[in-house]
Parts: sequence; C-alpha cells; structure tokens
Amino acid sequence: MSEVTARVLPRTAWHAAEVVEVRRETPTAARIVLDVAGWPGNLPGQHLDVRLTAPDGYTATRSYSIASSGDGSQVVLAVARVPDGEVSPFLIDELRAGDRLEVHGPLGAYFVWHAPVDGGSGRPVQLIAGGSGVVPLFAIAQAHIDAADATPFRLLYSVRTPDDVFFAEELEAAAKGPVPFVADYVYTRRAPAGADEPVGRITRERVAAATFGPESEPLVYVCGATGFVEQVATWLVDLGHDPRAIRTERYGGT
Amino acid sequence: MQHFDGNLLAGALSDLLAFDATTARARCNGCGNVGEIATTMVFRSAAGTVARCPACGQVLLTIVQTGDRTFVNFTGTGAIEIPAR
Repeated sequence: MSEVTARVLPRTAWHAAEVVEVRRETPTAARIVLDVAGWPGNLPGQHLDVRLTAPDGYTATRSYSIASSGDGSQVVLAVARVPDGEVSPFLIDELRAGDRLEVHGPLGAYFVWHAPVDGGSGRPVQLIAGGSGVVPLFAIAQAHIDAADATPFRLLYSVRTPDDVFFAEELEAAAKGPVPFVADYVYTRRAPAGADEPVGRITRERVAAATFGPESEPLVYVCGATGFVEQVATWLVDLGHDPRAIRTERYGGT
Repeated sequence: MQHFDGNLLAGALSDLLAFDATTARARCNGCGNVGEIATTMVFRSAAGTVARCPACGQVLLTIVQTGDRTFVNFTGTGAIEIPAR
C-alpha cells in the first residue's frame, strides 16, 4: 500500500520536476502538468512551493495549490496570472515541456479531504471557491468523483465570466455523472446567456441559498483571495455553521 | 499590507521541524485563543514572515531567513498541541 492510500501524510522534500505539458486553462491561466521524480503522492487540497533560480543565483518561491491527488509522479497545477507578478507570468508564458523546476512538497495537512474508505457516505462537503481558489477544491471534488463515494458534495464557485472557469469540462462532467456532485456558479462580470441569477459579487443570500445549511453539518472548504475568504467565512458562521467545520485557505491578492 | 494564512507556513516549517506543523494547535499568549497554525494570519515581506493570532492580532511566531540560516521565534505562543501521527 502506498503512503497516500495508507492515509499517512507523505513526506515532504524538494524535488526536481520536469514539465510534461503547459496549456491554456483560461485566458489568464495555464494548466501545468509536472512529472516529479520521487514524488510520494499527495492528498487532495495540498499545495507545493515552486522555486525558480535565475542565472545570477536570485531565487523566487511561490506556493501553488495542486489540482490533482493520489499516487504517482504526475502533478497538475493551474496557475493564474498575477499582473506584474515575478513568477506566474514566467510559468504561463515561458515554461515549455521538458523544462525543469524545483518543487517542495506535498505541503499542508490542514486544507485536505479524506474520502470515506469504504465508498460510503462521509460528512457532506461544501466547497466555496473564489477565482483561482477553485484549484485545491477541484482536487477535492475530483478525488470524490474518482472514489465514487456517496458523500453529498456541492461547489459554489465565484468567477468573473464563463470563460474564466477552471476545469470547466471536468466540472460539467462531474455534475452530470453518477457520483453526488452539484456545482453552482456566481458570475461577477458576465453570465452565460439565459442564466437566472444576477451578475455581481457573491452575497450572503446567495451563499445561504446555494450551499448545504448548518443543519446538515457539512465540512466547508473556502479558498480564494483573502477578502473573499474572510467575508464568506463570516457569513457561514452567521448562518449557524460550526467555525471548527470551516476550513479556509487565503491566497492574498484582491 | 495584504495577508495570507498559516497554510502558507507548511513549506518553511516542514523544512525546520520533523512534521507538518500547520495542523498543530497553538495557544496565543495574548488572548488565550487556541487554533491550528493554518488558521493564523500571515504577513510576508522581504524581512521575513510573521504569523498573527486570528482573534487578537498578537504576533505568534516569526520566521527570518538569511543566506544560510533561519531564525524561528515562537514569541507569542504558549503550549503547542501536536496531533498524533
């Protein structure tokens, strides 16, 4: 049995990663597939640090959530462009298959989900994403789809426009598939034609209407920009959720 | 200054300690709040990393990396409860 399936946290280390593929995820983000020598596998929700070293020895390190989970040496990232950023424009515009990166991970034991071992139903899971904060939540959702367990799952995803949705095909397939999974979208700039809900920022009312209520005692994972996460977490507590059942990950930004 | 949270400390702390400290629960010496290190408010600058109590803002720990050494100061932290592994 591998370390991951044994539910033991994989050991963390620096690894040499080779870029397998870089492709456009959205107009402002890239999906990057890495093959990481010695990678011990990772749990859904974990992240890694990427370190770039310039010819003059200058280094820059950034944390990225991992969009994949499980055993094996392949790791999928989805990186959003930070305008004027030091690392993300390089990863999106310059990185090519065959390039090498240093990665440190898998990291983080807090913002993770464990599928029920027997395929049964665990505690309901509510995922709430702001923008590229969907990446670790997608890893959790995909782990649930792959495990085909009976846990009730919902995703509420705040995103600028339909073109900005990460993992759009995978999320659509998951919502249509046999494993319990419902996805709702809040479009902050432009909605698809025929959408019922108004365009605009996420509201407390929308959170209340499109998520599992506190009576079903869900585990809630919230990831996004710091302001988004703190606002949503405050609403969830106001709505009656147990603060200990709300796990948050803030990536800074606006 | 924008802030992050303690999930971001996983890399630095796992380099220094023998386990992932982000699920360890730390007591704030300022207000007594007890919470996972992952839930702290984290501020980063070129000078270093500061984790503050999410309840009262007291500095719980600082990490300063120089060329070849790292200084970790659990300055505002009382007992740290480490989960079984």
